[in-house]
Amino acid sequence: MSEFIYLTFDGLSRGLVYAAFALALVLIWRAARIVNFAQGAMAVSAVYVAYSVTNATGSYWLGFAAALLAGLALGVTVERVVMRFVDHSSPLNGVVVALGLVLILQGVLGIVYGNEFLPFSTPFSRDAFEVGGVAMLSRYDLFVIAAVGSVVIALTLLFTRTAIGLRMRAAAFAPDVSRLLGVSVGGMLTLGWALAAAVGSLAGILVVPTELGVHPTAMDVVFVSAFAAAVVGGLDSPIGAVVGGLIVGVLLSYVSGYIDVTVAPMAVLALLVVVLLGRPGGLFSSSKARVA
Amino acid sequence: MSGALLQVEGLTAGYGAAPVLHEVDLTVQPGEIVAVLGANGAGKTTLLRTLSGLVKCTHGRVLLDGDDLAGTKVEHLVRRGIAHVPEGRGVVTELTVDENLRLGGLWRRDRADARVALDEVYDLFPSLAQRRTFAGHQLSGGERQMLALGRALIGRPRLLLLDEPSLGLAPKVTRHIMTLLRDLRARTGLAVLLVEQNVRSALSIADEGVVLALGRVVVRNRASVLRDDADLRHAYLGF
Ligand SMILES: Nc1ncnc2c1ncn2[C@@H]1O[C@H](COP(=O)(O)OP(=O)(O)O)[C@@H](O)[C@H]1O
Ligand SMILES: [Mg+2]
Repeated sequence: MSEFIYLTFDGLSRGLVYAAFALALVLIWRAARIVNFAQGAMAVSAVYVAYSVTNATGSYWLGFAAALLAGLALGVTVERVVMRFVDHSSPLNGVVVALGLVLILQGVLGIVYGNEFLPFSTPFSRDAFEVGGVAMLSRYDLFVIAAVGSVVIALTLLFTRTAIGLRMRAAAFAPDVSRLLGVSVGGMLTLGWALAAAVGSLAGILVVPTELGVHPTAMDVVFVSAFAAAVVGGLDSPIGAVVGGLIVGVLLSYVSGYIDVTVAPMAVLALLVVVLLGRPGGLFSSSKARVA
Repeated sequence: MSGALLQVEGLTAGYGAAPVLHEVDLTVQPGEIVAVLGANGAGKTTLLRTLSGLVKCTHGRVLLDGDDLAGTKVEHLVRRGIAHVPEGRGVVTELTVDENLRLGGLWRRDRADARVALDEVYDLFPSLAQRRTFAGHQLSGGERQMLALGRALIGRPRLLLLDEPSLGLAPKVTRHIMTLLRDLRARTGLAVLLVEQNVRSALSIADEGVVLALGRVVVRNRASVLRDDADLRHAYLGF
């Protein structure tokens, strides 16, 4: 029983990171109808920025802030310099360009920082508190919960309560109409990429220190889990991304804990198959199917 | 033609190599209702989309108050007083009625007046006021047309580009909308470029009529003349 509780909490806390990363995928999908396969590499780039800043200043928090800013800047750059010029008449074009970006970013990071895992420590202890003899959450888990929770709340408020959020939604749903109503659709697209990349960077900086360390490919496995989470939730749905992230996190935790880590990828695949057979649009897809 | 609100000169535009519109000339005076008539595929929608800049023109000019609009971005037109209600109405179906309407006023500096205008639209269309939180896709065709029209009015435009407002609507609803346009013009001096296949209802409120055929202006005359010219109606308008 105590192992079950521990695995559940551990899964939920990892799941939150997947949720954040899936949320970033959903943000870009909603804004641009692109699955951003470069998001892992972009997030890792931001984590390297954090690594450099933290090493130079000795402050985790300056590094943390730098990662978020680097994420914003990278999102703007990727949209303005690359994605804007991709012919989106076929959805495959964006995917191919994103994969190209992965190669470029990982190549450059490897040249600059080398291809080994660099240590990056967490600002809080990762030892789990024990409640009644059962290990539950660590201080770091609480930090992850607070960070991802704040982002989810902030994004929800942004999209539902602010004029900018209304513009962003309208621009994504109906670009021509939005332009006729005075919305700078291009600007909203850039903003969407910037926000998504910042959220992706947050996920990166939260998860990388809990694994082997900083490496050009450090987010590859997380990307796969988060992509599965986003698809399970329905690529269009922010709530779906969060719920999908938690489901994938807990599933991976149980499978790794009770069976074996090596089975985890298969479990994710099985989950995808089951969900997509039952609800092809994902758990939280809106009634109206949208085709890319 | 000094003092024209909108002046279109030799407009040629299209989507690919072959133009859809050929040398279209057109004038809208302040407070005037001009009907653009023509069969399906004549280029009416393309004309409005070119005026808004959604389709690029290859030749010719569009002047608003005498200024060439060539360098004006689509999203800035609304600030110049042009509201375009596209074909199929352009309600953002994923957003609620209230969100659609607020979207129409977001560009405005005068926040207070944008709110006043919003209330005016709800007064004008009580059925929208009862459905503020409904999503666009939950509305009937008539309600969507009212929503699109109301949303345009929140910008207090001087010129309304209306693309087939009567499409798919019951005759009663169409009459309601035509009456409303006439009232708005009388009350606010709104000018309307009204694209219609429903020739009777369009000519019932228009001052001028322009007939497009295969992307060319083939007839331009007073609406009253067009209404009474049986030969012309048979030749181009099919009634
Ligand atoms: N997006 C488009 N791409 C290519 N051709 C188009 C497009 N839209 C319309 N056309 C063509 O332009 C011509 C005029 O269409 P349109 O302006 O929609 O006419 P109307 O509104 O009078 O029915 C038609 O021959 C149509 O096939
Ligand atoms: Mg048309």
